[in-house]
Amino acid sequence: MSMPAIKAEATAVAIPSASPTAAAPVVTMTPKQAPRAEKYAKMAREAAVRIVPPLVVLALLMLFWELVCRRTGSTLPPPSKVFKDTKELILDPFFDNGGIDKGLFWHLSASLQRVAFGYSIAAIVGIALGTLVGQSVWAMRGLDPLFQVLRTIPPLAWLPLSLAAFRDGQPSAIFVIFITSVWPIIINTAVGIRNIPQDYRNVAAVVQLNPLEFFWKIMIPAAAPYIFTGLRIGIGLSWLAIVAAEMLIGGVGIGFFIWDAWNSSHISEIILALFYVGIIGFVLDRLIAGLAKIVTRGTALN
Amino acid sequence: MQAYLKLDHIDKTFTRGNATTEVLKDINLTIGKGEYVSIIGHSGCGKSTLLNIVAGLTDTTQGCVLLENREVNSPGPDRAVVFQNHSLLPWLTVYENVRLGVDKVFASTKTRAERDAWVMHNLNLVQMAHAKDKRPSEVSGGMKQRVGIARALAMEPKVLLLDEPFGALDALTRAHLQDSVMALHQKLGNTILMITHDVDEAVLLSDRIVMMTNGPSARIGEVLEVPLARPRKRLELATNPGYLKCRQRVLEFLYERHRFVEAA
Repeated sequence: MSMPAIKAEATAVAIPSASPTAAAPVVTMTPKQAPRAEKYAKMAREAAVRIVPPLVVLALLMLFWELVCRRTGSTLPPPSKVFKDTKELILDPFFDNGGIDKGLFWHLSASLQRVAFGYSIAAIVGIALGTLVGQSVWAMRGLDPLFQVLRTIPPLAWLPLSLAAFRDGQPSAIFVIFITSVWPIIINTAVGIRNIPQDYRNVAAVVQLNPLEFFWKIMIPAAAPYIFTGLRIGIGLSWLAIVAAEMLIGGVGIGFFIWDAWNSSHISEIILALFYVGIIGFVLDRLIAGLAKIVTRGTALN
Repeated sequence: MQAYLKLDHIDKTFTRGNATTEVLKDINLTIGKGEYVSIIGHSGCGKSTLLNIVAGLTDTTQGCVLLENREVNSPGPDRAVVFQNHSLLPWLTVYENVRLGVDKVFASTKTRAERDAWVMHNLNLVQMAHAKDKRPSEVSGGMKQRVGIARALAMEPKVLLLDEPFGALDALTRAHLQDSVMALHQKLGNTILMITHDVDEAVLLSDRIVMMTNGPSARIGEVLEVPLARPRKRLELATNPGYLKCRQRVLEFLYERHRFVEAA
């Protein structure tokens, strides 16, 4: 019983004598800056921590792939052969021999253009319809069941119908992109609008914002995190759909490039195209995520 | 006393499906210009509903709210609300949050430069001008509530409605903010209707305290005049017999005659 009491007394006595001496060096230390070299070393270390692990995994996978596919009779080419076969395509993506005999850049840009068109329309229509469904109970009752059924239809199932309607490959492909990516945008926007806190609506009511001001000043910023979730899912889906759609409609485009390579048994070209498709899909996703970050800055809820 | 804001025989019934709940029953209250009136009662007694009715955010079932002898039944900047949880828009800066209301209310009566000056003037009133470019998430809870007060004041409301404005704050910040509101009331002479569940706060700030009975069918149980001279000083009041008597009256009402019944 008496032991802790004595200890406590001892520390209590020790503190006042220790604190002035302890405080002095701290004050002199703070203004001193870390040396610049040390700062760069720290940045390099942080970068290395992020970059090295995926590189190691990639190298191991390549090695495994090489070992498995190098044997004679293997159906798929090893990475070394892929590189040898597609060296020209990699080094000169800009050639254009007319028709569909073009560099990969032209194929990819044609696909990206279709996605840009279809996706932009989907973004505008999706946000507008999502706002309507989120805001009006009757619109939700009327439209939501329809959306829930339509959104389950696979993208390619729309293609024959749109070909019949538009009688041309280009608008049909754009339509398929649109119809694929519009659903997540509608649904997420509607959820975002429905989740606007009553407080914000009260603020708008007291300030007497008119419906248009309410839309731009309250609804869109309040629902922005949800809207961007929808937009991100949408861009992913549209990039998934374009490759499949282009395989069927033909012409210039990365989807048809893959199909054409398969028909001519250029397996290495398919692998190269897949690599590009993956990278671009990743970049598109990052782009929308980056845009979301800029637009919704400071919108972390309360 | 001339009636400035008048609550005239207000009943409020909520209906959900077949179930109806009578929340407020025959509320009559007359508030004079420049008066500071608090409404106190246990939680769930319909205080906030009553404030929402005055703000026009909730409809009455019977009766009406008169402001300067004219009926008001929709929300508007003449009855600006300081919300319990500040309700600042998180994507706007402190300045923009205040500016939003100012731009609407003074759209035709003030120039752009005048509106800017008016926003800064109101931020200065609550000592928040230094944080004008910060976002709500970057300032403390007390500061957010200050901005909420500035936003409401900047609309030049006829009646300022405070919905438990200090409820979410720690005791020290609350005391500080109460002093600020008292000073603003002294300086600007606003008519203020405040909802609270804090007895000391009610006695310290109000000219009159309206005590509500427990719901359902809450009524005004008693109205207490607080005959303390202004400006009031928190420390001096602590031993002031008048203050203690008022406090006693409210406590008696809340904890003896209308004790909170959990089942109700």
